[in-house]
This record gives sequence, structure tokens and C-alpha cells, in this order.
Amino acid sequence: MSGQNLRGKAAIVGMATAGMGEAHGFSAIELLGQAAVAAVDDAGLKLSDVDGVFASTSSHLFATMSAVEYLGLKPRFFDSTNVGGSSFELYLMQATMALEAGLCDVALVCYGSNQRTAGGKLVSMSEPQWHETPYNPRHPITAYGLAASRHMAEYGTTREQLADVALAARGWANLNPEAFARGPLTKDDVLSSRMVSDPLTKADCCLVTDGAAACVLVRADRAKDLTDKPVYFLGAGAANSHRSIVAMPDLTTTCATESGPRAMEMAGVSHQDLDLVMLYDAFTINTILFLEDLGFCPKGEGGRFVEDGHIAPGGGLAVNTNGGGLSCVHPGMYGLFLIAEAVAQIRGAAGARQIDDCQLALCHGNGLVLSSQITAVLGSEATL
Amino acid sequence: MRRPLVHLAVTKTATLNPTGRVMCPQCGHSKVHRYLGADFLPITAFELPRGSPVMPSPNQTDAPKTGPQAAYEAHLAAGRFVIQRSKSTGEYVFWPRGVAESGAVDLEWVAAKGTGFVYAITVTRTRSGSSNVALIELDEGVRLMSTLPDVETAPIGARVQARIEQAEAGPRVVFDLLEGDAA
Repeated sequence: MSGQNLRGKAAIVGMATAGMGEAHGFSAIELLGQAAVAAVDDAGLKLSDVDGVFASTSSHLFATMSAVEYLGLKPRFFDSTNVGGSSFELYLMQATMALEAGLCDVALVCYGSNQRTAGGKLVSMSEPQWHETPYNPRHPITAYGLAASRHMAEYGTTREQLADVALAARGWANLNPEAFARGPLTKDDVLSSRMVSDPLTKADCCLVTDGAAACVLVRADRAKDLTDKPVYFLGAGAANSHRSIVAMPDLTTTCATESGPRAMEMAGVSHQDLDLVMLYDAFTINTILFLEDLGFCPKGEGGRFVEDGHIAPGGGLAVNTNGGGLSCVHPGMYGLFLIAEAVAQIRGAAGARQIDDCQLALCHGNGLVLSSQITAVLGSEATL
Repeated sequence: MRRPLVHLAVTKTATLNPTGRVMCPQCGHSKVHRYLGADFLPITAFELPRGSPVMPSPNQTDAPKTGPQAAYEAHLAAGRFVIQRSKSTGEYVFWPRGVAESGAVDLEWVAAKGTGFVYAITVTRTRSGSSNVALIELDEGVRLMSTLPDVETAPIGARVQARIEQAEAGPRVVFDLLEGDAA
């Protein structure tokens, strides 16, 4: 069994974001609440219809209960499994399972953060690892710097290629009015940006923004009653290899090599079918690693793959069309924003950055320090 | 607040108190050590030759009285860099824990060779200075997070040698470049 019986069984019928960028004067749960209310409204439903809740944030240890109380929900199924920023790709699978099993009828997936206006620093509830503490790592960037150093040594990946990832993200962001970091960016700007953790500069790091997002899923047989353009869950796959970067088996290969094929097998799709690829770009090295590990190019070739604007607007593969965590939004846990962009593109509602005839999107979530990898495939009605 | 484990290093010269517990010659106390499980740490059995005056208490079993983390830290406090090895499979384990990758649980402490190479390295840059954080792959095949305190950075693949440094927060294993491999 590889989960094919979940293919196409649920659909996203409501999606919303709130507080993108800076949301002065709003708390994390207030932003989450705004997104949830808007997503339920987008689905043409009422909050009282919601009976399944899936939430995680960086500031609520019991996020689902906080969301339930704030929104006055009465769920009969809920899940707050926190595997980092990829939790929301996992929730698509969990929600589809719960809907298909009849454990709930309307599933709300939600997230909110005010980490930029609340202090401007990455908030983390992550406990320190005792065997790492004596060496003062600054996670997550230390871990990603280590991975980048290894990738450069093993495959000859260059800082210029890392910069190409940042430039592509900014290119897309410049087409997205909701993106936080807009404006011209040159390769020199990236390369001469302040070094934070070798070989990663500030420009190789994701933004620290506020932001909230929410989506509503129902069983597929009900989806067309609620919207003309449901976005169907076609497949998902999860894999996890470690908690601490010390225990990552090979710093140049994430277990997206497992989650990707699982998701694509469930969805019954291959690489050339995909119109949009959304990759969790907390750092520039991520995009390169995931392009390789998900099979868009051979291992070690990710750096060359992103050269010459290949993933930028007008390039060969549409990657992170919202501008990514690097230039659009990154409030700490970015996973739900990958889904928001996939939904916008499949609905044909992405404005100036809309890609032609977007039917099929892959969203790849990453959690902690390249630890939990969760891939989800979403598609239009035509892909069913 | 956890008590420092530094006194555990002296059990080699400890004597028995009247109840049969190990008495610490530095503080003369046994309760703290009892609380920490220190008097029957694997470290004691590991270090003491047979016929040692320090005998196990009558109710001691083979079960370790502390977890691998406390045992590792006690070894480190005593100036020993140890890693775990499975008696049945021979596989090495770091960081210290109760289960090897194969699922083996028969782990014993062995002295690390102390040599290895830089597997990955980054330099944390702040306004107040910079310091490197490295993943070192030991010749036994396991990795640990550490640092090379005497250099700014080092090439990946460079051979290194471990030493124990007395840092402000306690002892820690750090590495030096082996001669001929300097960056």
C-alpha cells in the first residue's frame, strides 16, 4: 500500500493569508484568526462548520487549542503535530485522512506569527541539543552553513550559484505585490552582503516577517458545491532522518529523496507533468538541495541548474513564484505559504506572476535543520 | 539546579562510608553522589581494577544508574573523551544514547581514538567576533559538533586531533589541525 486511496479524496476550497510582511499591533493568534476567518469565508462556509483543526506556530506550544479557543470552534478531530515548517504539508495529508475516514467534514489548517514586529528575531521553541551547546551554534543558520560548506566542497557549488537562487526569488517577488522584499537585487549585492555564517550571507537567508495563512479542506465530492476551482490533494509523502544536524547521515542529501517519490507515486505524476515547484527556501542552499533530492536534476548539479535564471521568471522551471521565503514572506514556519502560492497559481489568481495553464504543483516542506521533509502534490480538477 | 559532576572524577580514590556507599574524598559526602547516581556510575566500573577497595553496594545490579548523557559528562569531567560501541555489532555511537542505529542496546564506553577530519565547517560572524563550528567525523566513523579554537576556519577534509578544553561552562572536546594540514 502506498496511499493511492487518498489521491484526489480532499480539496482545498478556501485559502487566505493575513498580515504578510509587517503587521504592527497584532499578535500571532490575532493574525492566525484573521487568516482563518478569511479562509472559511473564501470557502463560503461558517466557522461553526469547522470540525477539524490543524495548527502549529513558533509561539504556541498548544497551537490547535489556542486556535480553537480564539475562533470558538468545536472540533471533533484535531492535530498539532509539530515537525517544524513542514508541518503544514503534513497537515494536508492528515486532514485528507481524517476527512476520508469521516472523522471530520471541514478541516481548517492555520498558522500565524508576528515575529518581525514582536522583536525581529527568529522565534523558536526548539530546545538546545546538549551535545551541541558547548559550541554555541546559532541554529538554524549554523546547520545550513554546515550543509552549504559540505555541498561546495563535495560538488563544487559556488557562492555565485547560491546567489542565483536569491536573484530568482527576488525576480518573482518583484511580480508579487504581497512580497515583502521587492526592488532590484544584483549578484554583487548578494555576494557583498554581510557574511553571517560561512558561506551564507544575510542575502542567502530568508526574511524575518510577520504573516498568517489558513486553508479549508473538504471531501472531494463536496468541493464543487463550494467553489468553481477546488485545488485537489493528489498525494503526499513524509520522511525524517534526524533531529540534530550532527545526526544527519549525509549533509548534502536530505530525505526529500524519500518524501518526493512517495508523494509523486501517490499522485501518479512525474517531473515533466509539474507546472509549479514550491520549495522551502529558508536559505539559498535549500533550493539547490531540494531540486536535486526531488529529482529535478542529478545530485551535485543543483548549482548549475539554477544558473542563468533557470528558475527565475521566464526560466525553464517555475520555482517559488511568490518570491519564496527569501523575498516574499517567512514568519518562522513557512510551509503554509508554499500551499497558498500553489492554490493561487492553480486557481489562476496569481496576477502578474501567474504562470501559463498551471494545473499541477508540488509543495516541498522542510522542518528544523533539513530534518523533516514532507512533499505534497496539488492539482486542478483537470488532473483528477 | 544540577550539581556539577566534577567530583565524580575522584571515585578512583574514594573510600566507603559505613553504609557501603562511596564517599567523595573532596567533599566527604555521599548523598549528592547518590542523587546523581554517581557512586555507581559505569565510569567507576570502567576505571577500577578488580579487587579495588571500592565495592558495589549489595543491591547494585547490572543496570546502569545513570543515563548515557550523565555518564559521558562524567567521563569528560575526568579528562576522558569516550564514545559508545555495541558489544554485539561493533558499531560506534555518538552522541551518547541508549540505542545504536542497528537497534543494538548493548553499548559500552570506549576511549575515542581522538583523530578524525573536518566533515563540514561554518564560521559564525558577529559584531563581537567570529568563531567556527565544525562537524568532525572521527576515524571510528561517527560525527560530533565541535570547534577548532586556534584557527579561523579549516578546509573540509583536514585531519584533526581532539583535546579536552576547560571552557567556562565546563569541559568540552575541541580539535586542533594535525601538522601538515594547516589551512
